[in-house]
Amino acid sequence: MNPLAVIGHVTLEFLAQTGRLSRFTASSVSHSFLPPIYLRLIMRQMLAIGWFSLPVVGLTALFTGMVLALQIYIGSARFNAESAVASIVVIGITRELGPVLGGLMVAGRVASALAAEIGTMRVTEQIDALTTLSTNPFKYLVAPRIIAATLTLPLLILIADIIGVMGGYLIGTHKLGFNSGTYLKNTFDFMETVDVVSGLVKAAVFGFIVALMGCYHGFHSKGGAQGVGKATTDAVVWSSILILTADYFITELFFAGK
Amino acid sequence: MSETVSTAVPKIAMRDVQKRFGSKVVLDGLTLDVPRGQSVVVIGGSGTGKSVMLKCVLGLLKPEKGSIKVDGDEVIGMSPKDREKVLRKFGMLFQGSALFDSLKVWENVAFGLIQGRGMDRGAAKKVALDKLAQVGLNADVGNLSPAELSGGMQKRVALARAIAAEPEIIFFDEPTTGLDPIMADVINDLIKACVQRLGATTLSITHDMASARKIADRVAMIYKGKIVWEGAVAEVDHSGNDYVDQFINGRADGPIRMEVRRA
Repeated sequence: MNPLAVIGHVTLEFLAQTGRLSRFTASSVSHSFLPPIYLRLIMRQMLAIGWFSLPVVGLTALFTGMVLALQIYIGSARFNAESAVASIVVIGITRELGPVLGGLMVAGRVASALAAEIGTMRVTEQIDALTTLSTNPFKYLVAPRIIAATLTLPLLILIADIIGVMGGYLIGTHKLGFNSGTYLKNTFDFMETVDVVSGLVKAAVFGFIVALMGCYHGFHSKGGAQGVGKATTDAVVWSSILILTADYFITELFFAGK
Repeated sequence: MSETVSTAVPKIAMRDVQKRFGSKVVLDGLTLDVPRGQSVVVIGGSGTGKSVMLKCVLGLLKPEKGSIKVDGDEVIGMSPKDREKVLRKFGMLFQGSALFDSLKVWENVAFGLIQGRGMDRGAAKKVALDKLAQVGLNADVGNLSPAELSGGMQKRVALARAIAAEPEIIFFDEPTTGLDPIMADVINDLIKACVQRLGATTLSITHDMASARKIADRVAMIYKGKIVWEGAVAEVDHSGNDYVDQFINGRADGPIRMEVRRA
């Protein structure tokens, strides 16, 4: 095939995909604010996305906090700064590792489930059936999931932050020999409101990304089981990439120049 | 939209409808009227554009050219709000039933009443159980999930859902596909009885001639995205049309060529 034709084809496909995603995002956001709002469906999705992700995200946060305490202790011992373990653990967890690792775990668990569910509905004509039953699929399927994920992720990450800091505390006091009171004092003395708030803002944005990617790829899946499988993979891959990209920009927004 | 509609105006009128996917032309100037209160069945082989035609009328697909009128109102290019009003006139039975797996059977049947028309859940459940009874299913079935039902029962539930809001127009997309001949006949009888009770206008697509003969007032034959013959169901055996003769007799030889790639 002519290389120029390949470049042209790839460029056109990229632009078409970008256009489709932009329209989908605009429709999803507008339908999330305009009535009717399906409160019952939102609550059900909050349970599915938030509550049922808690074990996975909690365990991730716990072990991340524990590993972080160990690594920082070993690293800081090289220049006699072991006392910084508590403050670095809390800043690392709240600003970065809590929301990002939590977001990535939710991307794996939730984006795949949303894409598979909505993708199956697409290929079995259930989405067409919704339309013929005078129900807008954006309002009924997409908006509740996006609202639920955007509201739930910050709560989930707040709990993950607490569990992560607790993981660091457990290793700090039981393995590294820190005094319990001193460790906690160092944790709270060095933590600032912006550390937690920036992490929660990230969590809300990551929740939006995960739900959007899950719904978008599910909505546009085609070709039966293989199509649904591809939609699921794409949803997880693109959620993860967009989470890491958004993480950089939000970090720059909050902390650049400080 | 027009308030009163003359009986002379077809319930659905399609004129020169064209729809393509990439370079593949699926509907190629399709013209068809569905008269008020009549049951029109469109027959034709797989891939001739039958399902695409239904989806164009429902607004699930947008034709590139042509006109589709429902009760005299043009629906192509209609605003979403007006389209929602028009869709309230329709019920549809999908080929694979398209029941929502996350909902119980009665919730599937009542879905259009609760979500589309804002009916109270209790009242909608009563209607749903009544409609299930009309298609021969008892109230116990209402509490099952669709995955627990056989193919024939799923079709009945889908039929109950299609008629639940007592629509003016019902579309049947391959209503008997995948069913054994006896269950197919049961479904045909149910369709006939439900449609007569409602006095609805129906447009069905099928390649099952037994089904077409049973439920149709008029039959139209589609080939390569065009209607090649149309007439009363009694005329289908003496149509004098080579396409229809080949199709209803199931012959490999004739003007209809199957696109089979030989190794």
